[in-house]
Amino acid sequence: MMESRGGSLMRMRGLVRKEFLQVVRDPSALAIAFVLPVVLLLLFGYGVSLDAEHVPVALVVDQPSADTASLCAEFEQSRYFRPQSIVGLRAAEQAMRERRVDAIVHLREDFSDRLQSGRVAPVQLVVNGVDANTARLVTGYVQGVYAKWLEHRAQAAGQSLAVPVAMQQRIWFNSNLRSRNFLVPGLIAVIMTLIGALLTALVMAREWERGTMEALLVTPISMREVLIGKILPYFVLGMGGMALSVVMAVWQFEVPLRGSLWVLLLGTSLFLLTALGMGLFISTVARIQFVAAQVAIITTFLPAFILSGFIFDIRSMPAVIQVITHAIPARYFVAILQTVFLAGDVWSVILPNSIALAAMAAVFLGLTRRLSRKQLS
Amino acid sequence: MMDESAASVVPGQPATPGHSTQNDAAKPVVADDVVLWAEGLTKTFSAKPNDVTAVRGLSVRVRAHRITGLIGPDGAGKTTLMRLAAGLLVPDEGRIEVLGLDCVRDQAAVQARVGYMPQRFGLYEDLSVQENLDLYADLHGVPQAIRGRRYDELMRMTGLAPFTARLAGRLSGGMKQKLGLACVLVHPPQLLLLDEPTVGVDPVSRRELWAIVNRFVEHEGTSVLMSTAYLDEAERCDEVIVLDEGSLIGQGPPSQFSRPLTGRTFRVRATGLGPRDVQTHLALRSEVIDAVIQGDAVRVVLTEAAASQPDSVLTGLEQAVIESVPPRFEDGFIATLRAKRSAGSAARSPVPTARAEPAARDGLVISVRHVQRRFGEFLAVNDISFDVPRGEVFGLLGANGAGKTTLFRMLCGLLPASGGTLQVAGVDVRKTAARARARIGYMSQKFSLYGTLSVQDNLQFFSSAYGLSGRRRRDRIDWALTEFELGPIGDQTSGGLPLGYKQRLALACALMHEPEIIFLDEPTSGVDPLARREFWQRINSLVHQGVTVLVTTHFMEEAEYCDRMAIMMSGRLLALGTPSEIKQQAVSPERPEPTMEDAFIALIESKPPAGGAHA
Repeated sequence: MMESRGGSLMRMRGLVRKEFLQVVRDPSALAIAFVLPVVLLLLFGYGVSLDAEHVPVALVVDQPSADTASLCAEFEQSRYFRPQSIVGLRAAEQAMRERRVDAIVHLREDFSDRLQSGRVAPVQLVVNGVDANTARLVTGYVQGVYAKWLEHRAQAAGQSLAVPVAMQQRIWFNSNLRSRNFLVPGLIAVIMTLIGALLTALVMAREWERGTMEALLVTPISMREVLIGKILPYFVLGMGGMALSVVMAVWQFEVPLRGSLWVLLLGTSLFLLTALGMGLFISTVARIQFVAAQVAIITTFLPAFILSGFIFDIRSMPAVIQVITHAIPARYFVAILQTVFLAGDVWSVILPNSIALAAMAAVFLGLTRRLSRKQLS
Repeated sequence: MMDESAASVVPGQPATPGHSTQNDAAKPVVADDVVLWAEGLTKTFSAKPNDVTAVRGLSVRVRAHRITGLIGPDGAGKTTLMRLAAGLLVPDEGRIEVLGLDCVRDQAAVQARVGYMPQRFGLYEDLSVQENLDLYADLHGVPQAIRGRRYDELMRMTGLAPFTARLAGRLSGGMKQKLGLACVLVHPPQLLLLDEPTVGVDPVSRRELWAIVNRFVEHEGTSVLMSTAYLDEAERCDEVIVLDEGSLIGQGPPSQFSRPLTGRTFRVRATGLGPRDVQTHLALRSEVIDAVIQGDAVRVVLTEAAASQPDSVLTGLEQAVIESVPPRFEDGFIATLRAKRSAGSAARSPVPTARAEPAARDGLVISVRHVQRRFGEFLAVNDISFDVPRGEVFGLLGANGAGKTTLFRMLCGLLPASGGTLQVAGVDVRKTAARARARIGYMSQKFSLYGTLSVQDNLQFFSSAYGLSGRRRRDRIDWALTEFELGPIGDQTSGGLPLGYKQRLALACALMHEPEIIFLDEPTSGVDPLARREFWQRINSLVHQGVTVLVTTHFMEEAEYCDRMAIMMSGRLLALGTPSEIKQQAVSPERPEPTMEDAFIALIESKPPAGGAHA
């Protein structure tokens, strides 16, 4: 018994050393672990933004006056808008059709007169509603600009604006409302899904493809040892990729990291085991690198992108889809990362999600262990 | 504990069932005389459209301390039997035991005792020679203390000692094969399973591999089961197991197969005629079982009745002499296969030969001058020059990786040359590849057929790809279906056809546009010897019609079917000439009649390739 344990250690050591040598000599694994997160983080970190800023908006003033000028100035000062004056509503509509502007603010001829005489002075707002999300944001921002302008006007007249209810708002966790602070942690979860699954799926498929698996199987090695020999090196590699991603999030994207590093480490370890397990699971079916990569991207990366709550809020999905999201490991990791980065070590969130991840890791690794036989067919 | 039970059968323990009758006779059974035992073994793989039964009711045994050869064409079930013995597959029916252990139940114990080298030898190409050895030593639990001595011994035997730091991927094919063997031997196995270890390897490495295996059998008492596609290797085995289409054809010492043909094998020489014409003439006679070209003579196997009066086959051949030669394993194999096939299916129909007069061999159709092809640092083809006149069969003989396929691809305009000139059918391939391609046919190593399409559809597709249409296209398809006897299977999907048929179809597709030159890249690799002979008869008939044939092969004896040939090694031309001329170079007092393999070895040894790959 003792001797067989010694033999097992020797076999595992041999396998792990082999795997590290291959990683060093074949840059593809290193590229997946270290280049992929940098590229994806830069691409999506800067590219994906849910904030509407510098929205091109047409200001159409039929009869210029001091009032319209001050309202236009208010638009100029807003960081949400990039206003341009256009003469005539028709021209503005044309600009909207050509997507040169996303909204039209129209001040009619009688705007000043009505305002001066104390009557209702309507402002016409036309918004491009193709992208519903942006359209809603733009509508809100225009109302904000309008309210601010009224307030400034009242101040200038030396009176306070009579508003029946005043809302005092305070924003928690992401007080600047930077969508990047919310997106980057989620993005890391999605990227780690891809890295973890791709690493193991590809290296196992490579062994099948090159015929080395056949030789490996006819040695005293057990399937358990083969699997551990694959998980160990790529766990280390994945952790390296994660460390790089966290460094980029904090230094490059200036996302606050409010929780503790060791909670981050715990969550990441559990998730990486799940992702590596998914990769190994894929490799029990896909024994060609090309197929393994396709399957890994379609079954892990895409669902993680859409159904993890990284961009789209799970609670606003239909009930059926919400149930499905529970099968997506990235969902739990997104929740952990967003909490650790923006809120801190909130155990009521971290604990249940960690337990879920541990369970998923156990399921994937257990299934892989059961399906992997020392057999070719 | 496990070792003891493997070494001998304890009385009272269930003995290997094959010996149960002897056991009943209370005679002590030496169970370790049989190291592999299989009874009623069947393994079927599910495939579309039809399941493939790779091994069918097979009962074999392999004896200890000797080399048993596993002989048969591709698809005979050799690899499946190896994998079953290694515990990598579970049989559907029957049982298989290795060293007294059930390969399914005691998989782990079996794998601790056998050494298995799969066809692709399982080397990690991005690991060095030493790292590969270390890995397999770790996996087999070889104690550190004895590794040094073991490594030294293996490196000395394989000649790999100077290359321990080199990456396995950068070794030559023969060296890779030897390293693969060394990795298996790092933990001396009781039974060595080698799946086609010598196929496509240069003859020097092949000889070295045999020497290593022989040494282990003699000094360490290792038992060896080794599959091969080379029939001459069967003769070097102590016993052979011959398989065809998954079932056993015979088992025993190789002489058991050749002995029944004693007195029936002859060599025919005709002074006035070329050997190809003599062969064509003889092959059509009913009393001739087999006729193959051997240098400038034709080797024939006669029926029992005709053997008493061998001169009778010479009628119609002027100035021909016939002399008796000893039978070889291949003769027996062919005779057995012929008997089996003709019993099962329709009698063999002679391949139609062209009635046309042999076309005149005028002018050069291929001219290659100082051609080079570089892949990064690596010179796959290095300064090669040769000419081929019209109507010639020109052979390129060489091991895997010698550069044959690369040269072919350049000739067909599929790959640009890095240097030199290539003229094919009077056209400079480097400039106007498309024009040359309309006049050549190319049959690639892996039959490039559409497996899901029927035979007819494939012919339709390839004829239209070559720009045939209307009447001409219909004519050519009809011609292919009759000439290649594909008519009866015209509606079958080509993916499910036996290898021999696929090869015929591939040749038909390459000939749809009536090319003047045809390139055949390892056309007979893996097909059974009967299909191979038939294929060469077709080639002969094409040559009669004036087609020029370029063919690559790694079968030594196949080179003898060519008018002229070149031997390639590591991208360079080692020799160029007629087969007889090349063999002549190796004549020595102790070897008055060298084989093509002897000549190849002599050439390699006289001109060691750069880089010391065979130091």
